[in-house]
Amino acid sequence: MAEKLNMVQAINLALKEEMQRDKDVVILGEDVGRDGGVFRVTEGLWEEFGAERVIDTPLAESVIAGSAVGMALYGLKPIAEIQFMGFIYPAIDQIFSHAARVRSRSRGRFTCPLVVRTPYGAGIKAPELHSESTEALFCHMPGLKVVVPSSPYNAKGLLISSIRDPDPVIFLESTRLYRLTREEVPEGEYTIPLGKAKVIQEGKDITVISWGSMLHRSLQAVEGFDAEVIDLMTLNPFDEETIFKSVKKTGRAVIVHEAPKTGGFGAEISATIAEDAMLYLKAPIIRVTGYDVVMPLPKLEDYYMPTVERIRKGIEETMKY
Amino acid sequence: MPEIIIETFNIKRIDILDEKGNADKSLMPALSDPEIKRMYEVLTLARTFDHHALSLQREGRMGTYASILGQEASQIGSALALEKSDWVFPSFREMGVYITMGYPLHMLFQYWGGDERGVKCPDGLNIFPVCVPVGTQTPHAAGAAMAARYKGDKIAVACYFGDGGTSEGDFHESMNMAGVFKLPVVFICQNNQWAISVPRERQTASKTIAQKAVGYGFEGIQVDGNDIFAVYKASKEAVDKARRGDGPTFIECFTYRMSDHTTADDAVRYRTKEEVDEWKGRDPILRLRLFMEKNGLWNEQYQKEVEEKAKAAVDEAVKKAEGIKHPEPKDMFTYTYENLTPRQIKEMREL
Repeated sequence: MAEKLNMVQAINLALKEEMQRDKDVVILGEDVGRDGGVFRVTEGLWEEFGAERVIDTPLAESVIAGSAVGMALYGLKPIAEIQFMGFIYPAIDQIFSHAARVRSRSRGRFTCPLVVRTPYGAGIKAPELHSESTEALFCHMPGLKVVVPSSPYNAKGLLISSIRDPDPVIFLESTRLYRLTREEVPEGEYTIPLGKAKVIQEGKDITVISWGSMLHRSLQAVEGFDAEVIDLMTLNPFDEETIFKSVKKTGRAVIVHEAPKTGGFGAEISATIAEDAMLYLKAPIIRVTGYDVVMPLPKLEDYYMPTVERIRKGIEETMKY
Repeated sequence: MPEIIIETFNIKRIDILDEKGNADKSLMPALSDPEIKRMYEVLTLARTFDHHALSLQREGRMGTYASILGQEASQIGSALALEKSDWVFPSFREMGVYITMGYPLHMLFQYWGGDERGVKCPDGLNIFPVCVPVGTQTPHAAGAAMAARYKGDKIAVACYFGDGGTSEGDFHESMNMAGVFKLPVVFICQNNQWAISVPRERQTASKTIAQKAVGYGFEGIQVDGNDIFAVYKASKEAVDKARRGDGPTFIECFTYRMSDHTTADDAVRYRTKEEVDEWKGRDPILRLRLFMEKNGLWNEQYQKEVEEKAKAAVDEAVKKAEGIKHPEPKDMFTYTYENLTPRQIKEMREL
């Protein structure tokens, strides 16, 4: 029987097994080595694989991402850790202007099989810029893939797929989920394909679409409704087919995410449903999201994040039609 | 407690070949006559290429182009120190480097004509596509060097940028990374005195750019960037050092951008004719020619042959580039990811 692991342990297991399997897989970032990462995600890897493969870098996000691009171009499979998503901005030039483009710019001669892992989201009472969820920025950039696991099991499978993917993947790990739940995570390799969503529970009346930490609140909020819940898992490219199939059946859609509403990824999903499945809808599409505000410090964090109650209200609103 | 000095530094500058073609024999790198002639021939080819590129742009046959006029010795002298197996990360003004490394000329015209296929580096070379965002190629050099060392490949990585690039954060982060990990990188700064309209003094208050390396724990050296012997000597030593595993080097090639920033610029707006004329007298090709003449390696007949050969190569490349079929619109999609996304498949139907 598989051991019950939390998400930190599941990701650690995926990293370890991939590093054992493939010598080209290396990790770099701040505090990833001796310290095992500030969330201990890389714990034990430095000891097992050495400082050449688990590289403590200078404190400089752009060169972490940029040198990882250089490693990927050279043929390695680097996994760069950015300590918190709020610190990824200095690295965005490297991710947007190079990681995402090099296959195109070189017409396929050079590719960038890189994974950038970063903890995202609120819920751990952290200082400023430690709780961001700006996934939509990355979804807008062609050439990148964006993956957000929601459970220990899918974190492992999705990370293995991301490491083996031939293109750059932004892998977002919810800090709130890191130690929230445990589930059986088998040892040994299994993959979860990128670009595929998962129907977590089937239902007839309404489709609730979410990812990462908000999936859990969505699952609580749908209690009492005949709701179909979709875990998107990969945001770019996202699984339109699964969404269409569900919305065409239920005629209602609520999208739940932690990021601010304006320009959030919910807008893309909503527009996609409106474009291709409008005639199946019985009610307006509703987005339950973080507010259009600067992410507050912990005292107001709970007011910012969609709660079970807010999600439920969104569902009820939709069900009036 | 008395104050004490805990660090001092000196920056070396190398000049070998003067404007009249006299070389300092004590510093002269080991170069055979055929190697010196090859230098001259590549310099001439690069200048011919550049001249043609500017003409084609004026005739509307090519897009915006960044001329290398005046910087040929910095580019060719440094690139001649590299092996084909070395990795090269250029900026956008390094056509002389591409040409020296043996990059097909027609592909360069193709690129500047607006076709990405021109920077699909041929197999057997590891020279990166033109990098437009200033300084952002420097981390790639650090990363590739780290990867090369991890894989046990005895190569050097060359990274090119200008004086403007040294103001960018990426430059400093990459120099720092290279210093910390003693990476096999040669940072080659072509200090051409101008970043579009902003003079070198506005990029840094330090006396030289070379001394930036001191802050990152490795050697920085300045060379006369219009002196191909000095550039070659410093580059060769730096490349050998990198290959030996003795870490990075920073080379500041002190040179001058004789042309406008690009064909979209007009340098008359911000710099004087006197300054440009002064640098004309320091032309890198002329001084090598004078040296060769003094040493019996150059005569009118040879000059004619070299020019004709260069012109023929460039003419043929232009013809070839202009004969290439227009890229397929679907290519926009083909190289975004290894596989098309479902949405891209739908979008492609609109083409």
